[in-house]
Amino acid sequence: MKKTIIEVKNLRKEFHVGEVTVRALRGINMEIREGDFVAIMGTSGSGKSTMLNILGCLDKPTSGDYLLDGLSVASLNKNELAALRNNKLGFVFQSYNLLPRTTALENVELPLFYNSKIKAKERKEIALNALEAVGLADRMHHTPNQLSGGQQQRVAIARSLVNDPVVIFADEATGNLDTRTSYEVMSLFQELNAKGKTIVFVTHEPDIARFTTRNVIFRDGHIIREGDVEDRFNAREMLDNMPINTDYE
Amino acid sequence: MNYTNLSKVAVNALRRNKLRAILTMLGIIIGVASVIAMLAIGQGSKKSIQDQVSSMGSNMIFVMPSQQRMGGVQLGNTNSQSLTVNDVEAIIKECPSITKVSPEVRSSGQAIYSNQNSPTSIYGVGVDYPDIRKVKVKSGRMFTDREVKTSAKVCLLGKTVITNLFGENADPIGLTVRFGRIPLTVIGVLEEKGQNSFGQDQDDIILAPYTTVQKRILAVTYLQTISASAVSEAKSSQAVEELTNVLRTHHKLKEGADNDFDVRTQAELISTLSSISNILTILLGAIAGISLLVGGIGIMNIMYVSVTERTREIGLRMAIGARGLDILMQFLMESIMLSVIGGIIGILLGIGASSVISSVMKWPVVVMPASVVLSFVVCTAIGIFFGWYPARKAASLDPIDALRYE
Repeated sequence: MKKTIIEVKNLRKEFHVGEVTVRALRGINMEIREGDFVAIMGTSGSGKSTMLNILGCLDKPTSGDYLLDGLSVASLNKNELAALRNNKLGFVFQSYNLLPRTTALENVELPLFYNSKIKAKERKEIALNALEAVGLADRMHHTPNQLSGGQQQRVAIARSLVNDPVVIFADEATGNLDTRTSYEVMSLFQELNAKGKTIVFVTHEPDIARFTTRNVIFRDGHIIREGDVEDRFNAREMLDNMPINTDYE
Repeated sequence: MNYTNLSKVAVNALRRNKLRAILTMLGIIIGVASVIAMLAIGQGSKKSIQDQVSSMGSNMIFVMPSQQRMGGVQLGNTNSQSLTVNDVEAIIKECPSITKVSPEVRSSGQAIYSNQNSPTSIYGVGVDYPDIRKVKVKSGRMFTDREVKTSAKVCLLGKTVITNLFGENADPIGLTVRFGRIPLTVIGVLEEKGQNSFGQDQDDIILAPYTTVQKRILAVTYLQTISASAVSEAKSSQAVEELTNVLRTHHKLKEGADNDFDVRTQAELISTLSSISNILTILLGAIAGISLLVGGIGIMNIMYVSVTERTREIGLRMAIGARGLDILMQFLMESIMLSVIGGIIGILLGIGASSVISSVMKWPVVVMPASVVLSFVVCTAIGIFFGWYPARKAASLDPIDALRYE
């Protein structure tokens, strides 16, 4: 039995908008184990983003338990949550969220600035290793506007890797990319997963979800379906079989 | 996050917006530079006034008749005739803290030589007058006690009078000028003193024995001023006390009656003039300070814009582990850097501007180390004060909203 990374019990989240109470999550039970590559799916308003915010320790549930790597998140204060995000979590966003006019290397280093245990010398080395892992070591001095969308997302992935997180959260990480580049990014995620990284991937595209190992489908604040992916796509193979794009030649 | 990282992050953020950072700093630069330059001008004028006044003699004491009231009407002090030569003699005899005393009686009128004439003032004084008032005889000689006793028709001329009557560089010694109807033989020429701090020409002057002026020109027996010098500057207040007592006794003033004379010392004059130039300094400094304040508001404005513009960056930083305090410190550091760097440039510019002013406009300028330190401290304070609210706004953002901000 693999180690449980995330354990959620009867999780509820309510928002108060004026006098109306919106029940975004209505009793979620979920478990994610080490090495899982989970896709959280659902239409907009299904609660998947709220779920990701809570899992990512950016938001707190109204009620219910959340154990992250054996730690009860509900009892932590703001600063402890920030430290937790810094040490244990990685984030990849739809719009990359890289700092403009800042080199790829500096972008990747960023999380380490908030970890006082890491010295300036180590910082650069760790960041460089992370960039190497996403195949962009040769672009370390490029700024985001000198990189393509796919490369920017890979820098963002390197940034999420730099603190060796127990789980990486990706929020529509392929949402801004064309099909080919999406597959490249998914191939990278599959590679990382193969090396043992736990990944939680939020998407509304079913074909992207088929690159993962397990799908959890949300609707109206409930999990309506959950199951392992049977005929899983291999992104590398699909890329190799894709006709080469000649549009820009 | 430690301070090295913090300042690195702040420097990077400023570097990303070089032009904006420089323009924002410009407000502080101009503010600080003008504060430094204005205070330097104010201090310079204060110092030059003090220098001028003490060049007139630092332990000088003046006695003037005080204003008199007659049926509720204030009479001008020139009308009162309470000071006499007897007072002068009494002071010499009875005041141990006073070394030299000279009576003084003035009149204005036309000085005439052949076909030239010039309006001027004649000062009837005693032989010690040049020592008390720091007036030097350039050529010729001062009149003697004997000439005072005999009301001799002799005089010494100031530079302006000589120029007006005889022309530039003329040597009038031995010639006779007329003051009004009285012919006076020129026995000496006074060294130039230039303008005093009130803008009066101190060279437009004729010195003659006070007896001559009293008897032959004005036909009066009173004095307008008694000048005296104390043994030393430190003893001047004691000298004033002795002098006051002597004059009260001689004027037969009863216990509790007001003095019929006023005693002024050089020290009082210096402090009066200094307080005027202090007001000037404060005024100039305040105007410059306002521009510094405006510069500070500029920083606040830009920091607000920066926080809004970088909302997503703030959200990201929070998502990857920045605490509210880290964000607060980051933005605070940026505004402090803007103001401190601006302040340093401003200080250099202010010192430069001060020396340009002093060399081009020939104004006396004194840059005080205190004003440099003060503006540096004020700059840092401005950075903290005006950076605080934008930084708080940044730190209190919700990471989820900040990440979604478009």
